Amino acid sequence: MEIPADVKKKLTIPAEEHFYAGHTACQGCGAALGLRYVLKAYGNKTIFTIPACCSTIIAGPWPYSAFNAPLFHTAFETTGAVIGGIEAALKAKGYKVKGEDGVMVVGWAGDGGTADIGLQALSGFLERGHDGLYIMYDNEAYMNTGIQRSSSTPYGAWTTNTPGGKKRFLERKPKKKVIDIVIAHKPAYAATASVAYPEDFMRKLKKAKTIKGPSFIQLFAPCPTGWRSPTDKTIELARLAVQTAYFPLFEYENGKYKLNMPSPKKEPKPLEEYLKLQGRFKYMTKEDMEILQEWVLREWEELKKKAEIFG
Amino acid sequence: MPKKVISGNYAAAYAAKHARVEVVAAYPITPQTSIIEKIAEFIANGEVENLEYVPVESEHSAMAACIGASAAGARTFTATSAQGLALMHEMLHWAAGARLPVVMVDVNRAMAPPWSVWDDQTDSLAQRDTGWLQFYAENNQEVYDGVLMAFKIGEHEKVNLPVMVIESAFILSHTYDIVDMLEQEEVDEFLPPRKPLYSLTDFDNPFSIGALGTPADYYEFRYKIAKAMEEAKKIIKEVGKEFGEKFGRDYSQMIELYKTEDADIVFMGMGSLMGTVKEAVDIFRSEGYKVGAAKVRWFRPFPREELYELAKSVEGIAVLDRNFSFGQEGILFNEAKGILYNTDANPIMKNYIVGLGGRDLTVNDVRKIASNMKKIIEKGELDKEIDWYHLKR
Ligand SMILES: Cc1ncc(C[n+]2csc(CCOP(=O)(O)OP(=O)(O)O)c2C)c(N)n1
Ligand code: SF4
Repeated sequence: MEIPADVKKKLTIPAEEHFYAGHTACQGCGAALGLRYVLKAYGNKTIFTIPACCSTIIAGPWPYSAFNAPLFHTAFETTGAVIGGIEAALKAKGYKVKGEDGVMVVGWAGDGGTADIGLQALSGFLERGHDGLYIMYDNEAYMNTGIQRSSSTPYGAWTTNTPGGKKRFLERKPKKKVIDIVIAHKPAYAATASVAYPEDFMRKLKKAKTIKGPSFIQLFAPCPTGWRSPTDKTIELARLAVQTAYFPLFEYENGKYKLNMPSPKKEPKPLEEYLKLQGRFKYMTKEDMEILQEWVLREWEELKKKAEIFG
Repeated sequence: MPKKVISGNYAAAYAAKHARVEVVAAYPITPQTSIIEKIAEFIANGEVENLEYVPVESEHSAMAACIGASAAGARTFTATSAQGLALMHEMLHWAAGARLPVVMVDVNRAMAPPWSVWDDQTDSLAQRDTGWLQFYAENNQEVYDGVLMAFKIGEHEKVNLPVMVIESAFILSHTYDIVDMLEQEEVDEFLPPRKPLYSLTDFDNPFSIGALGTPADYYEFRYKIAKAMEEAKKIIKEVGKEFGEKFGRDYSQMIELYKTEDADIVFMGMGSLMGTVKEAVDIFRSEGYKVGAAKVRWFRPFPREELYELAKSVEGIAVLDRNFSFGQEGILFNEAKGILYNTDANPIMKNYIVGLGGRDLTVNDVRKIASNMKKIIEKGELDKEIDWYHLKR
């Protein structure tokens, strides 16, 4: 559909689509939205690498592809290594990598493929300083294999291998802070983003394309199927996660932290507002919710302090 | 280029250099390490151009990075050994399945436990079903030649598969020997730059590699690999012949036959131990025994036809396996027997398990094996099928 010129002018994100209809994500999938934005930001002069995860399926089975860009499907734990190899090949062959007109190399992996099995390859990618972008889309569990926990699954969340039963729920560990592990590598650029704030996400994607060295974005991407949430609540959940400071938006560059909260002065909303929209937290007692709330606020204070000191 | 006295590992490194590889991603492991060290030295000294070296954090990532690089169109090389090769296993399937002609040198080393750094073929043979071509080198010259041919064969449009060039731990990797290297121009002429059938850099015609293959299509993908492997036999022979015509060392036989024309007994095996065997054959021949050697150069694809031709004319085959498949028998023995089953070639075959974990196989050992084989043939029946030859009783 042709978009009228005056409407186009008002759009804050590009109208062009490089992620096509016919992909196979569930209704309301946050990851699919994320992919759409990345493709909008980078267009087709981008080489994507996707390991085993929901996005393998979302992109479509052979001979189809929903991507208007080259896409390499790889093994679960290899994203960091494969994008390193692709970048090396581009350099050896004399391609311009990144910048306005350069080739963009993007790894797109789930929280399982990043925080767990792929952490070593991610670490190698960051430490060796490859000129690429690694995006971890965080839906807080292994969705492709049917909703099992990852180390990015939060305290209290039901999954099929950490179920909530009559007596207790099994997921009793807080969410692993992958972004902190990433920052410990002193990458060129690291940021969190949420599918509820596409302009912010697009800005960060642009940044990752211009900056020299490895970049990392952790994108919050709700999964109605795994979170037991209504399919029309994806954006609301992604927004509430930010507003409650459960998943704050920030950037790290050159040793400096910068918060990108929509209303920076506002106190976080109560976490319960976010939790109650999701079936996966229905086993939590009041006390458990308080435990999680406390954890969220403690982390939030820590991040604010970092932004203050290293701002 | 002048003849050089170099180790098998340096022969591998020089071959990769002369092949003008574009990406090398590798991880250290004894006895492979000096291959990548040498390549890194080439880069540090400015002896190579347009070569990106990725010092990865594991072998799994080494193969993953090679796969990414190869998918982006680069000529790609790596090397490993034993535990490293085992760690790569998943990605070996990936390279073959995605039809990426990565070339890798595996320095045959015994698997732990117990820890061992010495020669043993079980590491590479355990990768038998990954879709990689496998070339077993007898000496340092064959390591050098093998790597050059591997690129040409693997990158051939009818093959498009990864190739493993295999050399023995220490016996070749660290032993210095004369290697007749080629001039860069000669290699360039033999091995022009890679022309990938497809590359991730095709932005105008973007496609995906490795997407989900449903039951409606997966089967055909596998068949195409099977067909490419069969096709590879022809390409191997062509390239081997061309190599011989150009440089005087002929590799057109996938099984190198040594004095087998009138032989009654043939020793069959792979890799460096065949050097010893050939020496033994010379001695026995001078003593009047009709023996020969059959060195299986290419284990994948397996030269079924060549084996059949050989088996038709001999009375007995002693298969020397520097490897073992637990619960069964030596791997080469197992393969060879299987190939001959539905044919009219019916020599007596016996499996000698030799040299595991670097145990020496001497000419004298081959003599004992020969006299045992002679007895068996005279009697017309096997004493036993599998003989753990060196066992301390
Ligand atoms: C080596 C290996 N182990 C296990 C699997 C099975 N597996 C495929 S996808 C997946 C989970 C992916 O989870 P995540 O990375 O969080 O992405 P999501 O599915 O949530 O999008 C698992 C365990 C695999 N493909 N490879
Ligand atoms: S299971 Fe979740 S992440 Fe996977 S496609 Fe469905 S909504 Fe998206």
